[in-house]
Amino acid sequence: MKRPDTILLAHGGGGRLTQELVREVFLPSLTNPALATLSDSAILEKLPPGRPALTTDAFVVDPPVFPGGDLGYLSVCGTVNDLAVAGARPVALTWALVLEEGLEIALLQTFVEGAARAAAEAGVAIVAGDTKVVPHGKGDRAYVVTAGLGVVPPKRDLGDHRVASGDAVVVSGPLGDHGATVMACRHKLGGEGLRSDCAPLAALAELVLKAGAEVHAMHDPTRGGLATTCHEVASRAGVRIVLEQAAIPVRPQVRSVCELLGLDPLYVACEGRIVLFLPDRDSDRVMKALNGHPLGQGSVRVGSVAAAQAGGAPVVLQTLYNTERPLDLLAGSELPRIC
Amino acid sequence: MSAPSPYGEPQAVAALAERVMKAAERLSRRVTLMEVCGTHTHAIAAAGLRRLLPAKVRLIAGPGCPVCVTPVGYVDRAEALARRPGTIVTTFGDLLRVPSSRGSLERVRGEGADVRIVYSPRDALQIARENPGSTVVFLAVGFETTVPTVAAALAEAESDGVGNFLILSGHKIMPPPMRALARDPEVQVDGYLLPGHVSVITGSNAFAFVAEEFGIPAVVVGFTPTDVLRGVEALVGCLAAGKPEVINLYSRVVRPEGNTTAQALVARFFTTADVVWRGLGSIPGSGLALRPEFAHRDAALLEVEVPEPVEPAGCRCGEVLKGSIDPPECPLFATACTPTSPVGACMVSSEGTCAAWYRHERLATGDAR
Amino acid sequence: MCLAVPMKLIERSEALGVAELDGVRREVSLMLQPDAKLGDYVLVHAGYVIGTVDEEEAQATIELLRQVADARGTW
Repeated sequence: MKRPDTILLAHGGGGRLTQELVREVFLPSLTNPALATLSDSAILEKLPPGRPALTTDAFVVDPPVFPGGDLGYLSVCGTVNDLAVAGARPVALTWALVLEEGLEIALLQTFVEGAARAAAEAGVAIVAGDTKVVPHGKGDRAYVVTAGLGVVPPKRDLGDHRVASGDAVVVSGPLGDHGATVMACRHKLGGEGLRSDCAPLAALAELVLKAGAEVHAMHDPTRGGLATTCHEVASRAGVRIVLEQAAIPVRPQVRSVCELLGLDPLYVACEGRIVLFLPDRDSDRVMKALNGHPLGQGSVRVGSVAAAQAGGAPVVLQTLYNTERPLDLLAGSELPRIC
Repeated sequence: MSAPSPYGEPQAVAALAERVMKAAERLSRRVTLMEVCGTHTHAIAAAGLRRLLPAKVRLIAGPGCPVCVTPVGYVDRAEALARRPGTIVTTFGDLLRVPSSRGSLERVRGEGADVRIVYSPRDALQIARENPGSTVVFLAVGFETTVPTVAAALAEAESDGVGNFLILSGHKIMPPPMRALARDPEVQVDGYLLPGHVSVITGSNAFAFVAEEFGIPAVVVGFTPTDVLRGVEALVGCLAAGKPEVINLYSRVVRPEGNTTAQALVARFFTTADVVWRGLGSIPGSGLALRPEFAHRDAALLEVEVPEPVEPAGCRCGEVLKGSIDPPECPLFATACTPTSPVGACMVSSEGTCAAWYRHERLATGDAR
Repeated sequence: MCLAVPMKLIERSEALGVAELDGVRREVSLMLQPDAKLGDYVLVHAGYVIGTVDEEEAQATIELLRQVADARGTW
């Protein structure tokens, strides 16, 4: 009988169809010794010295394939980046899928190949996986849930607890590329220059941490964008962050999408950028290192950390007109508006 | 970062701010200027323009946010339609989180209703084409800028025979509430910044009445910082000279007669109606309803159970919309009513007066205008 | 209710066109501005062209702003 083109409930049943799926769709792209054993758990080689770091993430995206990436590629990058910004060297990932009955297997293939590509770029192995299938109408094509294991080398201490007044805020490239690209797809805006910035950042993070600077904290500004990340940091570190509008890098195409849909680039997601908090004296050195790497082009200092003001806004924007306005925490995700 | 457009160039903005300061010296008293467009509220707050104005010039936001003035009953009916079997509700993003009597469109979507955000009424029409078995209702809110786009979508639906595309009209027009404000003894507005894109459709002539009937100066302006400041400068000049005029400073897109094609299309489908403005009550002739011959396009005629509207207690949105009070004077502001848990619609829409104030003005160091 | 963006009309057919701003393109309806010409700068709101930008007036405004900026503090 001909192989099915779409996912059936039986693919999640554990029987013959499941095995076919694993053998024919997953293994060809995701081959590595741990995964190939197909045992219930992946037993890893001894970890390098340092403290283990563990992260988990869930992914769903509409559209599932977009300029610059797809659900699979995005899921691996996102997980790797959570480890990287914590100062952890990624070691292994797990990759679990909940598929909706009726999903085209060709699309699933795209996700698998995307995940494999991202894993190869990041130098990390996907060592365990799982697949479940839900009936048609009960899932948004596919959900991916991951776990990422990494190791923080000894003596490395990154975190918001180290962010202090006087620190500089640096971003590793223009903002909003991912969110603007995805929104553009949803609302029929096109253009060759629109492309998600989705990328694995482990190597870039290591480069920064080896540049001889005292980096205090790093974050990847995903949902909610730079402004939301700054809110998290300001809250945890008990500081005030001032961003300078004149310095904020936004590509013209991203600016256009935001203008058309009424979005603020400061709140639009990136999937391939790092926000760094570090002593002001080290910012030039770090930006030089970042700008020397393909994924760090356009790195620039965008603001600074100051002491918190009682009753004052934790995150503010110094506008082009030398006025100051608070950047508030979003109520929910940014919605396209017409007003 | 790319250089700002000439309309947002910092040197020009600083120079205009200085000119406004200078012009204000000729004023004998403090004046209150009102803008009546949510997009102006947003743009002014985003650039922190209030901080550049002299103490004698107070700039307030009037009822220019179509989402804020949408009555609770409209959102209740939209929710009921969303729950109706076989119905897809399409809406601009602005309406998704507006509180209804018991929830919001976002909440009812969470319960399984098919509610979809669209950027254009044409996208809603496309959804109707793709789902011939469903009734597709478009929540038609907005002022004169948006009404023609809805009328155009209706025209296309008529000519292409897309029978399952309906609208729930919540459209409103600007001149009647401005007349009501001008007549209201509680409201003291000395000059108006007129909505630039509404004026693209209506023409600047449509606002001549502000000076002619009420002796109040008004300026049609665009949305960049230089546009707004030029408008403020012109209004201050009129007030200092005691010469009420209506001036068009957005001549790059606004013509005296407006867009006559758009006006004709609107007239084909809509007629004026007396409608309720949240906080302001009923204003005669201020709304647009579908003409009777388009009853087949009117979602208001679909049978659904709509509960009695529940207006939130303690909410002073009405006075905020009239410009009688600033948001901080409402007891609910920033306490019970915040962007994450809004009570009145003024807080939900990102450009509603209270939301804009919360986001941009509340914690401005120093003055809290 | 006024979020409208000036874009360049780069393609047009009977009632539809394509408008562009800094590399971003969208199909737009020309039903409200049927006489818009290729190369015109048009005002786009909710997927419709609602008006055209008068190039001369735009230039005049830009020139005015330049003069205002240059004259800063000198009067």
